[in-house]
Amino acid sequence: MRHHLILRVVSKMLIPFILLFGLYVQFHGDFGPGGGFQAGVIFAAAFILYALVFGDDQARKVIPDKALILLVPMGLLIYALTGFAGILLGGKFLDYDVLSSDPTQGQHLGILVIELGVGITVAAVMISIFRAYAGRTKAIDKEDW
Amino acid sequence: MNLIVPHLPVLQVAIPLIAAPICVLFTFGGHRKLAWLFTLSISWICLLIAGALLSRVVLETDISYAIGSWPPPFGIEYRVDPINAFVLLIISGVSAIALPFARLSVEKEIESDRHVLFYTCYLLCLTGLLGVTITGDAFNIFVFLEISSLSTYVLIATGVRQDRRALTAAYNYLILGTIGATFFVIGIGLLYMVTGTLNIADLAERLKPLSDNRVVHAGFAFIIIGTCLKLALFPMHAWLPNAYTYAPSLVTVFLAATSTKVSVYVLLRFLFTVFGPTYDFVNLTFEFVLLPLAIVAMFAGSVTAIFQTNVKRLFAYSSVAQLGYMMLGVSLCNIPGLMATILHIFNHALMKGALFMALGCVVYRLGAISLGSMKGLGRRMPWTMGALTLAGLSLIGVPGTVGFISKWHLILGTLESGYWPIAILIVGSSLLAVIYIWNIVEVAYLEKETSREQTLKEVPMTMLAPLWVLVILNFYFGIDTDLTTRVARNVAATFLGGG
Repeated sequence: MRHHLILRVVSKMLIPFILLFGLYVQFHGDFGPGGGFQAGVIFAAAFILYALVFGDDQARKVIPDKALILLVPMGLLIYALTGFAGILLGGKFLDYDVLSSDPTQGQHLGILVIELGVGITVAAVMISIFRAYAGRTKAIDKEDW
Repeated sequence: MNLIVPHLPVLQVAIPLIAAPICVLFTFGGHRKLAWLFTLSISWICLLIAGALLSRVVLETDISYAIGSWPPPFGIEYRVDPINAFVLLIISGVSAIALPFARLSVEKEIESDRHVLFYTCYLLCLTGLLGVTITGDAFNIFVFLEISSLSTYVLIATGVRQDRRALTAAYNYLILGTIGATFFVIGIGLLYMVTGTLNIADLAERLKPLSDNRVVHAGFAFIIIGTCLKLALFPMHAWLPNAYTYAPSLVTVFLAATSTKVSVYVLLRFLFTVFGPTYDFVNLTFEFVLLPLAIVAMFAGSVTAIFQTNVKRLFAYSSVAQLGYMMLGVSLCNIPGLMATILHIFNHALMKGALFMALGCVVYRLGAISLGSMKGLGRRMPWTMGALTLAGLSLIGVPGTVGFISKWHLILGTLESGYWPIAILIVGSSLLAVIYIWNIVEVAYLEKETSREQTLKEVPMTMLAPLWVLVILNFYFGIDTDLTTRVARNVAATFLGGG
């Protein structure tokens, strides 16, 4: 898509803000609307937009496939390990109260970490799904447009 | 020990759940071979936990575990009682026995670069099935049902190396399974609308004054249809034969022995714990929906099985018939009938596990599984075909095997309800099983082998040992029925007495 000048310029301008908005939805999720799933999708949308405009090969340089394979289980691991931390600190599974000396603080910390895990996995899965489809065939040649 | 024992109910699910993402990490650094060993050890840990849970609930009382310390009606509760502890033991037991067999079978049937992800999906499927069984929260059942189903679709599709039809089989199951799960969740939503709770015990309490409510009736219908689709009751069984036929051997063994049984358990849970036979519409369902469909399933499944040339598909249709027996036991709604269902959940896992594992051995050597290719196989692979024949006897219900025990109780159940013609139908459907088992025995033992089979050898010991463990269990629990019938009687009494 080298000749789509407007698309390229606008995406370059938009992508940082999409990422920033993703982070906002992620970390403001326990006070307002949002959370890990929504943030993950928004975050992935930025990468997918990048891949659509600048090509799949270019996007693979930003996040290589290996990193994706690492990130997908990483989010789930963060989630599950937070659950086990509750047990190790003397509470029940996924008990956030015991994560900090103050139960309210603990609840805050717990949901923040859990949602981070969700966000990482969702973003990585979204990009993987996109890549699974986009990477199947060779990119369309310039002459074929 | 204080760190483990009180947390056993959640560890049962959380350990395979956390094992799945860890398993993915074996992709890195050339540790691919470890994935199998890792999955095997996780399965055995699950079996130990399930055993500990069962012994605790049978000897002491039910266990309730509040996730995140949120007290039960509000938070998610894991509740272990004899029935689900029994199902947990079946799931983890089958997995623990099937995995030693899996190593060679998976190496043969699935591309090596997919092994790690295959075992990851397997662990997720195990997590889902265990989760559905242990949870005491209706919505949580749906979540785990989806975890197990989604991973199952992937697992079935990995059979693509053997036969590309695995892809369409997985896709069909995906569509029908999603419809089933959607119906189920719509039903849960309707019940939540009128009661405002998702906890199963609380739901049962709050539904009592609402037996004339139309929304409750609709919710009940949605839940029953959804679970019946998942457990492949006769007219909704279309996904099952292809899914079982084209899935890799390990997946067929595991699914045939556990996944439909878990759906039967969910159905029992809703029919007896949440609603109960005191409701008129539940009784009507038993008499006019489940009973006729179960009888049709018994015959339709068996008759179709007789005409199959692919042996895996033959036993898949036989599973449809066997699920008919289970549903017949449910619909009788008396103690021997329910005992038969619960016993058959266990017994059918043993015999279908053994049968599909034996077929897995045949696939390992032959690569194909049609009746024609099994000519004279009894001489070349005596141990495999011997196991197949013995497990087949158990499927027919010959005295001394587990199949006899469940059919015996089923017939007692029909007689107790006064449905003696149905008792004759059960015997008739068993005779149909004799025909399709004989088809295989005849080909394997009496027909002349072709030149291709003369170079065949018996499969390695690591595949034969788990197979024969299952076959021996088929006979052990057919003779020493104390443990299984005690649990089944206990559960049936709770279901019918507790309302």
